[in-house]
Amino acid sequence: MAKKKFSGIGTQEIAPRVSEFKRFRRVFLSRGLVVFGVVVILIFIIVAIFAPFLAPYDPYMPDLKARLSQPNSTHLLGTDSVGRDTLSRIIHGTRTSLMIGLIVVSVAAIIGMCLGLIAGYLGGWLYQIIMRSVDVVMTFPMILLALVIAAMLGEGIRNVIIALTVGLIPVYARLMCGQVLALKENEYILAEKTIGASNLRIMIGHLIPNALPTLIVVMTMMLGTTVLAEAGLSFLGIGIEPPTPAWGSMVNDGRQYLLTHPVLSFAPGFAIMLLVFAFNMVGDGLRDALDPRLRGLL
Amino acid sequence: MLAFIIRRIILAIIILILATMLVFFGMRFLPGDPILMVVTANQQQEFNEEYLLELRHQHGLDKPIIVQYFNWAVDILQGDFGTSILTERPVAEEIFRRLPISVHVAGLAFVIGHLLGIPAGVICAIRRGKWLDTVITTLANIGITVPNFWLGIILMYIFGLSLKWLPIMGYTSPFDDFWLSTKQLVMPVICLIIFPLAGVTRQARSSMLDVLHQDYIRTAWSKGLRERVIVIKHALKNGLIPIVTLAGMAVATIIGGGVIIETVFNIPGLGRLAVSSVISQDYPYVQAISLFVAVAVVFANLIVDIAYGWIDPRIRYE
Repeated sequence: MAKKKFSGIGTQEIAPRVSEFKRFRRVFLSRGLVVFGVVVILIFIIVAIFAPFLAPYDPYMPDLKARLSQPNSTHLLGTDSVGRDTLSRIIHGTRTSLMIGLIVVSVAAIIGMCLGLIAGYLGGWLYQIIMRSVDVVMTFPMILLALVIAAMLGEGIRNVIIALTVGLIPVYARLMCGQVLALKENEYILAEKTIGASNLRIMIGHLIPNALPTLIVVMTMMLGTTVLAEAGLSFLGIGIEPPTPAWGSMVNDGRQYLLTHPVLSFAPGFAIMLLVFAFNMVGDGLRDALDPRLRGLL
Repeated sequence: MLAFIIRRIILAIIILILATMLVFFGMRFLPGDPILMVVTANQQQEFNEEYLLELRHQHGLDKPIIVQYFNWAVDILQGDFGTSILTERPVAEEIFRRLPISVHVAGLAFVIGHLLGIPAGVICAIRRGKWLDTVITTLANIGITVPNFWLGIILMYIFGLSLKWLPIMGYTSPFDDFWLSTKQLVMPVICLIIFPLAGVTRQARSSMLDVLHQDYIRTAWSKGLRERVIVIKHALKNGLIPIVTLAGMAVATIIGGGVIIETVFNIPGLGRLAVSSVISQDYPYVQAISLFVAVAVVFANLIVDIAYGWIDPRIRYE
């Protein structure tokens, strides 16, 4: 944990004025693990973008002569039961995981934020309807909810995205609602109202910007959760159709050859863990830099 | 207080009804048809429209959805969970055979996770910055990131296949063979624990750190109280609220983890049934299992809300 104390508004007379960005950068990068997380995420992003150039083999191409080869100089992580190169499949699997994670988290954040904003700011029956629905959806563990939706919708990346998004929306709605309920008691909101600002203006101009730091922190952390959930679904064989490389299903496929070829399961699982760890560390760093009050809550 | 509990129970029942509706209507509105799954599973070549209609009628799937829901709810209240569309067997029988297994595994995970996690977090907070804190915090950070199914496979490889210390998979009732049952549960319980345990440890650590700075803790020290009294009676009790919130959430986490871990370790519990019945779109099973899950989660939230008042008497229920 960062031990540094930041100068709040009240102490600005004594503390030398530091630009917000510099302060952010200093706190954010003060922990080694956060820097590690940033580097790992950047590497994963580069790998995802340039997957076809980085992968030594075609991830779909079976090579029956090289079935189940142990890690060697031609296949660094060996090959699977039909001779596909494990490393190439992990590299292409980065695309699947990152793409699903990013889309799910952003769509869920936008929808959830709007719902929470409406519920928290307008209140009344809208609050009751939205927040009770959130309670209802949250009675089911995210993985179970996504499992049911994905199984009903059938295979395909798009359906996995829909299933996970539905599971994640309530998290943002509840968070945003709580933020707005606290923010709207502030005097500047009352002042805005007094000068005749419209609800829309208050929401867009004041409530969203003030709640944004918290949302960004939670979004980063939820990227990890989403990657884990997606891996869990594809591990169970639900969602992504077979030839598409996905880390979760690779772990599952490797299970049959665990005794002789443990690397088939171990390597993709390690990729999942590394990516999730990186997202969590960056989330921790962002939390300390953007909204230290959240420490302990998230 | 009593009025609060009654109001809270009524709200819990409403949430439960809505949650069952969500699953019930959700499954019927989404694409996917259990009847077609039955036909495919039985590989009946010569089915016609009439046969499908007959099957639909048999399972009451031709009635309006509202009527279907109402019939289902009335049956549930009479203890009848319906019959499986795929296997034609009574759902209740299967569910109640599997429920104790899942409760056994998940219950162990919940209890052990908190018995280990809270003290670990407290020790980290007291010894902040020391090597023990660094080790535990790093492990906890890894613990919340490791995919539980992957951990299961690694444990299986090390302790099951290589060292042969533990059985690779399966479940035995503790009443039949306690020693074997315990050995079989070691790995699944570790996998289920890891996420909540790491979460509770992190939470306990950070809420203890917050509390230990408070003035009344300094006062307690200056009064010359023993460390144990200060930590447990003064600090922990005040830092308990967020820990209890997290414990409530751990119930859902462990249930969700059970879905995957029961599949990995071949444990015949509700989680594995959930996966197989979701894949075969067997409505009655999915409805019954989600009802049990919802009851568990709603009940946990209820306990958490009531616990708040007990932990912190300043919280007044209006």
